[in-house]
Amino acid sequence: MSIDTSKVATTTSGAAATAKPNRAGAVANWADERLGLGTLAKKNLRKVFPDHWSFMLGEIALWSFVVLLLSGVFLTLWYVPSMGEVHYEGSYNQLRGIAMSEALASTLHISFDVRGGLLMRQMHHWAAMLFIASMMIHLLRVYFTGAFRKPRELNWVIGSLLLLLGTLEGFTGYSLPDDLLSGTGIRAADGFMKSIPVVGTYLSFFLFGGEFPGESIIPRLYTIHVLLIPGLLLALIAAHMLLLVYHKHTQWPGPGRTEENVVGFPMLPVYAAKAGGFFFIVFGVCAMMGGLLTINPVWKYGPYDPTKVTAGSQPDWYMGWPDGALRIMPGIESHIFGYTIAWNVFLPIIVLPGLMFTILLMLPFIESWITGDKRDHHLLERPRNAPTRTAIMVALMTFYGLMWAAGGNDIIAIKLNLSINQISYFMRVAVFVGPLLAFFITRRWCISLQRHDEQKLLHGYETGIIMRSPEGGYSERHLPISESAAYTLTARSREEVYDPEAQTDANGVPAPGGRLAKLRGRLSTLWYADNVQKPTAAELEEAHHHAEHEHQLQGAMEGRSADGHQFDGHHAVEGETLRGDH
Amino acid sequence: MTTTHDSQGGGAGLEQSSDGHHLPALPPEEPLANPGLPEHTWRPTDVDPKAEKRAERQVAVLFGLSAVCTVLFVVGYIALGIGDNHDTVLNYGASTVVLGTTLGGALLLIGIGIIQWARKLMADHEMVEMRHPARSSDEDREVTLKALNDGLEESGIARRPLVRNSLLGAVGLLGAPAIVLLRDLGPTPSQAAAADPESGGLERTIWAPGMRIVRDVVGTPIRASDLEIGDLVNAEPEAIFPTEENGYPEIEGVELNVAKSKAAVILLRMDPDEIIPGEGRDNWTVDGITCYSKICTHVGCPISLNERTTHHLLCPCHQSTFDLADSGRVIFGPAARHLPQLPIMVDDEGYLVAQSDFTEPVGPSYWERSHEDIGDQGEADL
Repeated sequence: MSIDTSKVATTTSGAAATAKPNRAGAVANWADERLGLGTLAKKNLRKVFPDHWSFMLGEIALWSFVVLLLSGVFLTLWYVPSMGEVHYEGSYNQLRGIAMSEALASTLHISFDVRGGLLMRQMHHWAAMLFIASMMIHLLRVYFTGAFRKPRELNWVIGSLLLLLGTLEGFTGYSLPDDLLSGTGIRAADGFMKSIPVVGTYLSFFLFGGEFPGESIIPRLYTIHVLLIPGLLLALIAAHMLLLVYHKHTQWPGPGRTEENVVGFPMLPVYAAKAGGFFFIVFGVCAMMGGLLTINPVWKYGPYDPTKVTAGSQPDWYMGWPDGALRIMPGIESHIFGYTIAWNVFLPIIVLPGLMFTILLMLPFIESWITGDKRDHHLLERPRNAPTRTAIMVALMTFYGLMWAAGGNDIIAIKLNLSINQISYFMRVAVFVGPLLAFFITRRWCISLQRHDEQKLLHGYETGIIMRSPEGGYSERHLPISESAAYTLTARSREEVYDPEAQTDANGVPAPGGRLAKLRGRLSTLWYADNVQKPTAAELEEAHHHAEHEHQLQGAMEGRSADGHQFDGHHAVEGETLRGDH
Repeated sequence: MTTTHDSQGGGAGLEQSSDGHHLPALPPEEPLANPGLPEHTWRPTDVDPKAEKRAERQVAVLFGLSAVCTVLFVVGYIALGIGDNHDTVLNYGASTVVLGTTLGGALLLIGIGIIQWARKLMADHEMVEMRHPARSSDEDREVTLKALNDGLEESGIARRPLVRNSLLGAVGLLGAPAIVLLRDLGPTPSQAAAADPESGGLERTIWAPGMRIVRDVVGTPIRASDLEIGDLVNAEPEAIFPTEENGYPEIEGVELNVAKSKAAVILLRMDPDEIIPGEGRDNWTVDGITCYSKICTHVGCPISLNERTTHHLLCPCHQSTFDLADSGRVIFGPAARHLPQLPIMVDDEGYLVAQSDFTEPVGPSYWERSHEDIGDQGEADL
């Protein structure tokens, strides 16, 4: 029968002749004739993705964004973005009869009178935490492994924008319930805006539709939260993923892996299954957290009242670091020609985050300018093999961490029974000294690890076997590492310091921008200073020669008791005893 | 199953690389040659039909359990009550706990099942794909450049600067409507002040001469004799609590919130000897009772943490600390200005009332804020 139908199809449409006579084939044919999916899918269905646990971090961010979209749509079905005053008459006893905005009343309605509503609210909030946290860790992974280098600089920029937008999305989101805590956050944001020179009060009055708090801020934040920022996030995530597919994923160096290829599992079936399965896991973890872990219990805070505040008021954790800067900033204000500049607010909360974000955005460009490296890079670098880069990020992390801790100075003071004044004074110094210390320690630490790698490569690994020579001297036995481990250690490029002298032309005339080039040369020298380069073929040869000599001396032990292989897994040891047979 | 992907599933890719076909030639100084992809190791599920069957069962059981969780979710949705008299588990609302754990279980089990399937049963041959530089080929670039130049040439955009520049100008100007349209988002600060000459804008509050100071929750007026030394009262202007008796106009919603956000005050009674009166503020207190704005001069949080022995007031948001015995001077933290003080007196019936509105703007600093009343510059760079 089926043969008959396909014959019928042939007579009416020439292209259909190639279609398989089954249902799926017919659908595929229908779609391909209209969309040309075949050509599009040809390359991508079996596209290869390399495998490593750290490549999963960005996936957490992607999937938690999907959870945010789904749970967010659910919440919009009941949430009322209005500051109109109502008297709460819902199920929650303690707040019944109390005047509050419709925004908070509807949030309470979702929490207490909609089945699964509290679950969805808490899932949404936990997924937001996961979204931002995983973006940050993904960013660190990309930076520490050098995955941001050419040709992926633009994807770094897109990723940084995603982090910025995600943070703003989080702020607008936790402001929407219009409870006491979120109102306090908006009140502070109003103070931040007013500190901006010249236009500050205008910005505040325009955003709030008049004097703080007004009745416009919640509906306006709602539009920003559910339409403007999610739209931008979606577009940027799409661009992020398209570039990822176009560039093909980076991979760790190793046997068979080069700058020219990509080794891993095909998209269909393995990667699709793993990534798809992982979506369910992220979703499931969010559901578990939403069901079991209370977050943002707005009913405990009550409605916003501009005359009230709770002790220990804190923004969500990702807004904590600029808040810390705000806390430790000395109270400085200037008065010029009858105008006021509130440096104590403007610098830490408006200028500093902008500055830090610009630095973050520029990191790939700063590095490639200093090193003069314009090659494509698809093999990842271990953090130790780029000591200056690693140290820069650890310094930035230290700055971030100290600022974040300063944002919790009241909690630290209470929990550890310390003076809040002394914590603040300490932090004022620590945020400058800490990153510098972290930079130097990290850099030297990386170089030490590089030296360790070189030792392993040239002289083998430490077996833990102590040999006693006939003269009575003791030495630890070293054995060569495996071929693939040795290759992996050497699979990195040799570093070249940028030399401004080399930039002069044939007649010895220096290239334009001589001063800048000199600075660049000096920075490049500092960037690579003391790094350990991988050995040359000759050095490795010599080291092996030396090892062979040592081996001969210890040759009598080979294949006998305690030859050093009992513990290293290099050959099977079943039936062998450490001391040999008696 | 195991035998088929042996020869097909990615095997081709493995062979390609293991013959060294793609590996670059070794530069002379490179210490070690790329040894090529290691040999594929078979998993138990590839070679042992029993292990394969077991894995298959495991995956199916995981999916089955997920379905059970989903059914339990629906049962929990119907069975468990919410609202005022809801069921509880460990003090949590039972509905939320059960819906969360069953939904989470259903999703996690599907995820774990799929990943188990991928790890144990799908082919695990690594494949090799070649990369291509992102850069277009020289030929493509040439063709593109030519097409671009042809197009631009035909448009005449370079030859007709008048057309080009007038278009650029016209399109650029379109930015103006986009900005102008935002103008009506709100009144300017001066418009807000003009709209309500009594209490509008950044420089005035609802306080007026003779207005009683009342408790912030119940709205009852306060007699000087009600307060002991060390007592702190969160207070509001009486106009916030209009009654027929006091005759203040009805106030609610936005107006109420705006009024409260500027007019909230703190009353503190101290030993009169401890107070260091500010310049011209000798008669601003009543028997050691002082009144200050509750709105922090840093970013505007309401301040309320009082240290009784030192009469220091701490803002819970960013820990600015003010000395209420010394004109609200900043003694610690990021605030740069003292707390505005409300001059108070006693009316005929013995109640505390304001002598006037605040003599300076309350709340955070802003560009247009004049500093004539401050008089304590440089006090705060602590």
